[in-house]
Amino acid sequence: MQTTRRHFLSIAGGVAAAGTIPIVTLRPLQATPPMLTTAIRNVVGEAPVRTGRVKLDIPPLVENGNTVPMTVSVASPMTTDDYVKSIHVFNEKNPQPNIGNFYLGPSSGRAQISTRIRLADTQKVVAIARLSDDTFWQITTEIVVTLAACTEEMN
Amino acid sequence: MAALINVPAKGRRGDVIEIRTLTSHIMETGFRHTADGAPVPRDIITSFTCRYNGAEIFRADLFPAIAANPYLSFFTVAKESGKFEFEWTGDNGYSSSASASITVE
Repeated sequence: MQTTRRHFLSIAGGVAAAGTIPIVTLRPLQATPPMLTTAIRNVVGEAPVRTGRVKLDIPPLVENGNTVPMTVSVASPMTTDDYVKSIHVFNEKNPQPNIGNFYLGPSSGRAQISTRIRLADTQKVVAIARLSDDTFWQITTEIVVTLAACTEEMN
Repeated sequence: MAALINVPAKGRRGDVIEIRTLTSHIMETGFRHTADGAPVPRDIITSFTCRYNGAEIFRADLFPAIAANPYLSFFTVAKESGKFEFEWTGDNGYSSSASASITVE
């Protein structure tokens, strides 16, 4: 059979259309390396972690991973019966998945903490908040690092 | 060890105030090597606590991913005049403390 231009285009179009469907439907919901997942499970246990309520302020592009300013805040009234118990921050590609655990209480007034962290590579940072009703909320942010920290040679 | 503490000197009862702390510490990760390949042992601050007139209001577990000279900022409600006490503890028996006073009207 002779392949006409019209025939070729209809086949090519069909292949392209078929190719896009699996890409959309088979994309994993959350691609987290095992170490990060384990560290998160150690804190939250089997409880579900929902996305939202937590805000992570961190520069999207950092030149020097040795000191990266970071602020985590949680939308919470911080009253005696509705407050943030703790904030946990994790990373994906440092030698260790933990960054810090911060314990607050109703007397904190505002659920917000700031510190400076090290990032060994371009990676995801995950902040998880545990509320007084023991629900967990998270946010994930991608950060591009041009100079890595942690593992370089010591002079 | 030297520590920089920033607490408002005065506050009104019920105000939410920010407390900022900075202490000098190398925070050696334990993942680095010298030029001849020998590992550099870990030496970090692992825990920070803040007490307000004796009651704990903020605590943090720190890991090697916290930058050298750990900076921490957090909030509390000004309840009464008194003293904030800060304590850092870490590897090799490291311990240091600082305090700051506040007058609440």
